[in-house]
Amino acid sequence: MAEQVRAENAGTPDFSNWSCPLPLADYPTIVMGHGGGGKLGNELVEHLFLPAFRNPALENLGDAAIFDLAPGRIAMSTDSFVVQPIFFPGGSIGELAVNGTVNDLAVSGADPKFLSASFILEEGFPLAQLAAVVRAMADAAATAGVRIVTGDTKVVERGHGDGCYINTAGVGVLRPGIDVGPHRAQVGDVILVSGTIGDHGMAIMSVREGLEFESQIRSDCAALNGIIANVLDAVGNDVHAMRDPTRGGLSSTLNEIASSSNVGIEIDETIMPVRTEVQSACELLGLDPVYVANEGKAVFFVAPAAADRVLAVLRAHPLGREAAKIGQVTAQHPKMLVARTSMGANRVIAPQIGEQLPRIC
Amino acid sequence: MKYLTEFRNGEIAQRMAREIHQITTRPWRIMEVCGGQTHSIIRNGIDQMLPAGIDMIHGPGCPVCVTPLSLIDKALAIASQPGVIFCSFGDMLRVPGTDRDLFQVKGSGGDVRVVYSPLDAVELAARNPGKQVVFFGVGFETTAPANAMSVHLAKRRGLKNFSVLVSHVLVPPAIEAIMNSPDNKVQAFLAAGHVCSVMGYWEYPPIAERYQIPIIVTGFEPLDLLDGIRRAVIQLEKGQYHVENAYERIVTYAGNLPAQQLLSEVFEVADRAWRGIGVIPKSGWRLSAPYREFDAEDRFQISGIHTQESPLCKSGDVLRGAIKPAQCPAFGKECTPRHPLGATMVSSEGACAAYFNYGRFLSADDLAHAGAALTGVANG
Repeated sequence: MAEQVRAENAGTPDFSNWSCPLPLADYPTIVMGHGGGGKLGNELVEHLFLPAFRNPALENLGDAAIFDLAPGRIAMSTDSFVVQPIFFPGGSIGELAVNGTVNDLAVSGADPKFLSASFILEEGFPLAQLAAVVRAMADAAATAGVRIVTGDTKVVERGHGDGCYINTAGVGVLRPGIDVGPHRAQVGDVILVSGTIGDHGMAIMSVREGLEFESQIRSDCAALNGIIANVLDAVGNDVHAMRDPTRGGLSSTLNEIASSSNVGIEIDETIMPVRTEVQSACELLGLDPVYVANEGKAVFFVAPAAADRVLAVLRAHPLGREAAKIGQVTAQHPKMLVARTSMGANRVIAPQIGEQLPRIC
Repeated sequence: MKYLTEFRNGEIAQRMAREIHQITTRPWRIMEVCGGQTHSIIRNGIDQMLPAGIDMIHGPGCPVCVTPLSLIDKALAIASQPGVIFCSFGDMLRVPGTDRDLFQVKGSGGDVRVVYSPLDAVELAARNPGKQVVFFGVGFETTAPANAMSVHLAKRRGLKNFSVLVSHVLVPPAIEAIMNSPDNKVQAFLAAGHVCSVMGYWEYPPIAERYQIPIIVTGFEPLDLLDGIRRAVIQLEKGQYHVENAYERIVTYAGNLPAQQLLSEVFEVADRAWRGIGVIPKSGWRLSAPYREFDAEDRFQISGIHTQESPLCKSGDVLRGAIKPAQCPAFGKECTPRHPLGATMVSSEGACAAYFNYGRFLSADDLAHAGAALTGVANG
């Protein structure tokens, strides 16, 4: 299935859409020279990166991108992406690299503006796949309304990398007067999630070697700056904390906020939005969806009076149709996450140690 | 989700719990054999729904937990060898050997891979003729058919580079060992439903008769467990002792006959050491003579291993049901999922991990204190 997905997504890039035809057919794969700072490297920039990402700040091709930002406080974030497989149902490393950094800025209360993109490519990586990744990044950046203004490419010898690694860094302008953070959750806050949990992690699992599911689970990879802006427009500082629950899933995010804010968190397992196919795959492998990664979901801690408003705003956005209230902040059991089960009992959801491992039987 | 959601219905569960309260007149001690059942009981809070006098004792049915430390050390030694691809189910990777675990072997350059089926390891062997592919074949009767099939296929395909490090254990001898132990407290058993899906339950009536104990074949969902407990209490209250099947949607009396036939061909019964318990006669399987060539212990002559159990770890007492996890002095102190002293704190089926991860060791009063401890685990 992985091969099939890769073929569908990567295929042969449609070079006719690029402003310059690619003379790169001489080398159908990445060679060491592409990272050498010489002619081959320049060709990658001229014929691949520049046409895809084109914008005035990038076009100077200077040592640094120069741009204007609105006055005020700036948020900055960086993240590296090493996902395997590079193409998966619902996206690729390209969308992840853009949306991951965009979302980190957005949940900090910033309006994401500019990104950098650094590629570490392994000798032998197919150029057609690189073109597909770059195209995915360009599309994701356009959707999120950000510009990729500077970048770098390095090539490592075959066996010293895993095809394609990408680092992105981004800057955004903080909303004036905004004050959100993991330390600001307050007793009484209502906790909302913008949609179903566990989709990305299980999509990746479903195409890993040795696991083939009949029903295809798609990654939820998406830029959250739009939906978050709608929430902040509606209720402003009634949002106390926001996070995108990526690695470690909802459990890590909620445990971190409980810890930073020195509060207890209660959630109700029976109202947690989880897709049936994700729940089924988790049951099969002995995994718990609260520990599984998401790439297009946000968790909000909001003042109780604003909770219904936030839910309505979330559900009105295409990315938030399945948004739900899942719990609240309590003065009991500070720094702990407790879930109410379908049996009416309570259980602690402890922070996870390392990665979740499928069990024996 | 069909066959799951309907067995997690909170209202029906409350009704069943009330019925158990009504029929219970005395204290009873019931052991659920399987670690999967232990986790379900603790995760769903089933034990909290029961009358105070009903004590659920957690049994030894956690394959990762009962695998002897010496065999884990052997696995680590084999996995460290150049030219070996060492394949294991995921939850074996973090089980500590005497001085490291499989993750550390992988980090030091060992080719350790998580597989989801032993048949994937056979495929790896076929695709990598220049490597020795070793599968860590751990488990009870539940996982044995797939492991047997891997060896059967490897033989049929003539693969010379595939072998299995076998540590298979059997439930009925373990039940007898528990009943024979002088400090036994168990008065009824919930037999492991998935083991019985393979083996049926024809092995259990003689045991129920000999030790005069009720044995209820029980599933894993909350309603399955409550039904198994209810049936056990009914028998105990009436002084009856026979075998009942409370997992009829999966288990038949005879079990899976083709699987049993394959098992009897590939394996033969052998004495086995159980971690924390000791050697139980005729309590496991090893490869039978026609398949002995696939035994990794024979193929890799590992010597010079110095196995040492942590002196603080009381997992043996936990596995025998003699103590509850939180009664171990090291529990939550020297021993946590991050720094486990024994396998019961690691495995997703281990009783200590269940108690720790679901916070069951906490009284309402010390929740706040433990919150800081758990957070320390997360950030440390």
